[in-house]
Amino acid sequence: MAGRVWIRGGHVLDPASGRDGRADVLIEEGRVIAVEALLEGVADAESIDARGLWVAPGFVDLHAHLREPGQEYKEDIASGGRAAAAGGFTSVACMANTNPVNDDPSVTDYIMDRARKDSPVRVFPVAAATRGLAGEVMTEMSALVAAGAVAFSDDGKTIMDSGMQRRVLEYSRMVEKPVMVHAEDRTLVRDGVVNEGAVSTRLGLPGNPAVAEVVHVARDLLLAELTGAHLHVAHVSTAGAVALLREARARGIHVTAEASPHHLTLTDEAALGYDPNTKMAPPLRGKDDVAACVAGLADGTLDAIATDHAPHAVHEKEVEFTAAPPGVLGFETAFAVVMALVREGKLTPLQLIACLAWNPARVLGLPYGKLEPGAAADLVLLDPVQRWSYDPAQGYSKSRNSPWAGQTLEGRVLATFVAGRLVHQAARGAAAA
Amino acid sequence: MMGRGLLAIEDLEREDIELILDTAFHMKEVGQREVKKVPTLRGRTIINLFFESSTRTRTSFEIAGKRLSADVVNFSPSSSSLTKKESILDTAKTLDAMDPDAVVIRHQVAGVPKQIADQLTAPVINAGDGAHEHPTQALLDLMTVVEEKGRIDGLTVTIIGDIAHSRVARSNIYAFTKMGAEVRVAGPPTMLPAAVECLGVKAFRSLREALDGADVVMALRIQLERLGGALFPSVREYSATFGIDRAKLRFAKDDAIVMHPGPVNRGVELSNDLANRRPSVILDQVRNGVALRMAVLYLLAGQKHGGPSEA
Amino acid sequence: MASDPPIPSAHASAEGPSAGIVLDDLAIQRALTRIAHEIVERNDEPARLYLVGIPNGGVPLARLIAQNLREIAGVDVTVGVLDTTLYRDDLLARGVRPRLRKTEMPSAVDDRSVILVDDVASTGRTIRAAMDALMDFGRPRTVQVVALVDRGHRELPIRIDYVGKNIPTRRGDHVELRARPGGEGMEVVLMQGASGGSS
Repeated sequence: MAGRVWIRGGHVLDPASGRDGRADVLIEEGRVIAVEALLEGVADAESIDARGLWVAPGFVDLHAHLREPGQEYKEDIASGGRAAAAGGFTSVACMANTNPVNDDPSVTDYIMDRARKDSPVRVFPVAAATRGLAGEVMTEMSALVAAGAVAFSDDGKTIMDSGMQRRVLEYSRMVEKPVMVHAEDRTLVRDGVVNEGAVSTRLGLPGNPAVAEVVHVARDLLLAELTGAHLHVAHVSTAGAVALLREARARGIHVTAEASPHHLTLTDEAALGYDPNTKMAPPLRGKDDVAACVAGLADGTLDAIATDHAPHAVHEKEVEFTAAPPGVLGFETAFAVVMALVREGKLTPLQLIACLAWNPARVLGLPYGKLEPGAAADLVLLDPVQRWSYDPAQGYSKSRNSPWAGQTLEGRVLATFVAGRLVHQAARGAAAA
Repeated sequence: MMGRGLLAIEDLEREDIELILDTAFHMKEVGQREVKKVPTLRGRTIINLFFESSTRTRTSFEIAGKRLSADVVNFSPSSSSLTKKESILDTAKTLDAMDPDAVVIRHQVAGVPKQIADQLTAPVINAGDGAHEHPTQALLDLMTVVEEKGRIDGLTVTIIGDIAHSRVARSNIYAFTKMGAEVRVAGPPTMLPAAVECLGVKAFRSLREALDGADVVMALRIQLERLGGALFPSVREYSATFGIDRAKLRFAKDDAIVMHPGPVNRGVELSNDLANRRPSVILDQVRNGVALRMAVLYLLAGQKHGGPSEA
Repeated sequence: MASDPPIPSAHASAEGPSAGIVLDDLAIQRALTRIAHEIVERNDEPARLYLVGIPNGGVPLARLIAQNLREIAGVDVTVGVLDTTLYRDDLLARGVRPRLRKTEMPSAVDDRSVILVDDVASTGRTIRAAMDALMDFGRPRTVQVVALVDRGHRELPIRIDYVGKNIPTRRGDHVELRARPGGEGMEVVLMQGASGGSS
């Protein structure tokens, strides 16, 4: 139950309306009532001093792995939801590569039910595009949407058969939901585990060439054009893919795309110490790829930042590099990590919030990611400069696999509200500027 | 310098290599005595942790340790709990608790010796990790060339074979380059690694050009399983294009020597007659291997470093 | 590679505030002549003699004694070089492993009258290590020890059979055989140490 909350003196960033300046926000009964430069005479409200802080719509994560059902030892909807809240994410789209796979409405129902009971944040299931993620038989998209699915994806796997990919895209038009692809030609990847190039050569590990991603992005874009479906490219990592996306958008193809915090800030050189917490799929790429992804985000070629939060148990990652499952945690570090792009002048604060909240909400057709009167009171208070030390053992996720473990990060989520209810709070650091 | 052990030639300075070689030559003399044993590492424990089996290298390390009077223990996955897929870190911690003075590790996957070294206080010697490095092999190769040619500076060394998958190639490239040689690599295009020039070598697709004027011709072992379609169509074609025989050797210098880390696939990388006789120095490589490994153990065993807490 | 390992030159060793020459080249030559005579006196079968120099300083001294024996007794005595580093008892306690030096034993030591030659004897540990090394080479008939300088502070029951000169020192002092600055010949210098420290 949410009463009245009066957030005063913060810097409001609302890409939906274009507001980028000092303003007060008034919340009541789970909705935003008013956003004004200065609100006066507010009675019976809990007052929050937001001076020196940013006030933004709660983040919407297009891509996360909550591991429930079946792999609860890594994470579950409760711990994942709590970690998401700590990261400022008020809505999370969770992928289907669970056990059992979310390819049947009963599994979708289960996830929705669990989320209602255990998760402090909103959870939106992304259902599998093919049964068992096997790439052979399409799932019952209509039934899955009725159960609550917001998109379809075989993420974790790729549909290698182009004919199958075409059918999936074509069929998705019936439910008008995006098909999110993990674009990677497995016959080019083979057993590659790090970016193919100087780093794979120095490490003596099999390489995953950038072209593996580009080939499939090209294929999927052409199929999207053919079918008119909404294609969404997950975790873009290569300059080649960004270039193709730019050209496709100019041609009017209905495509959206995301990049992860790690692909926007880390290069393949991070893997030089053989730490399996630097092993992701797709792998970290070279300097030029990273720069291209950042530029893509800045010019709108890439719509959103999505964490690809992928928890794995400690014992699963403490093995030889080739044997470790790929993927790293993302929720709790996302904001601080991508704030580097703002500090480096690559993105404005408003653009950052658009990539974290407004754009992803629109990709999924969700009524969130905005901070205007009438909208749900899903919002975050951010301290863009607070320095804090990240220890995954102290975090909310059940797992610890993060490349940022032990680092001092700059930028922190101080409060997260979902429907006007405070679901996360962190201590303010030293006085903000 | 060699603080946490010998993991990669890439991490060594020229002075480190010179110290190891100098020490190795002295150790070679010990091997020529009647009593091939000195008490230097008496009471010290050396653990050979060979996840990937290798009789040659393991035996070489074992003899080296025993000649220094150390207690050498062989630990291979099939003879321990490692078949239960114990995590690398658990293996490391178990070993550390036994307080060894040195751990020699070979593994099929690159990076494992480093991952284990990060958890141990004892020094770790990399005996070969995947396609990454095989430092003692490169060092004994350097030693053999010094014996034959008197120096490394200014020599031209050509390495031939599946460079992409070869730890011997990588270690030798670093070793010979750091000691002042010009290193060339040659092999089928599918067997040359991406961005190979980043290692400081020149890559050739023509064997003849690669051999032109070479002082040292090093042939690498081809894993026959890799041939047969995947990277190279057939053994026949490999041996015709990149196999070394006396005829092809004429492109190199008249006094060029031929090296191979062994075991040789006769008729594939080297012709049968070259595998046995001069100018091939393969047996000298093996002989030098023990002395070289004695030197490495002498220089490292018993040196404790910080372990996990060390930066 | 050089034939003999170098002995420290005057430039290499640190000159302390009080460094004095305790044996100049002439004194060294005289001592070595006297020692050669003593060796002949005490060993009735000069043909069995086998001089073994302990690097670095013991090596040129052994060669000089061999030369003297040739002149005095007309025998060509075998000279070997035996590095004791691998037999030291303090190796593993130290951080950095000392560099190895050459060993060259041209003949077997079995049944020979071995004479170990060292430049400066102090604790006796080097001689002990040399004996251990020697025993691994075979079974000498006798082992005797020459030290050009005995500076005392024995820690083991080691006796020097032939001494060039006894020099009283404090623990922290440093005594060294080195090449004479500016060229020919050798000298032994004593540098008084600041505080106590074992040799």
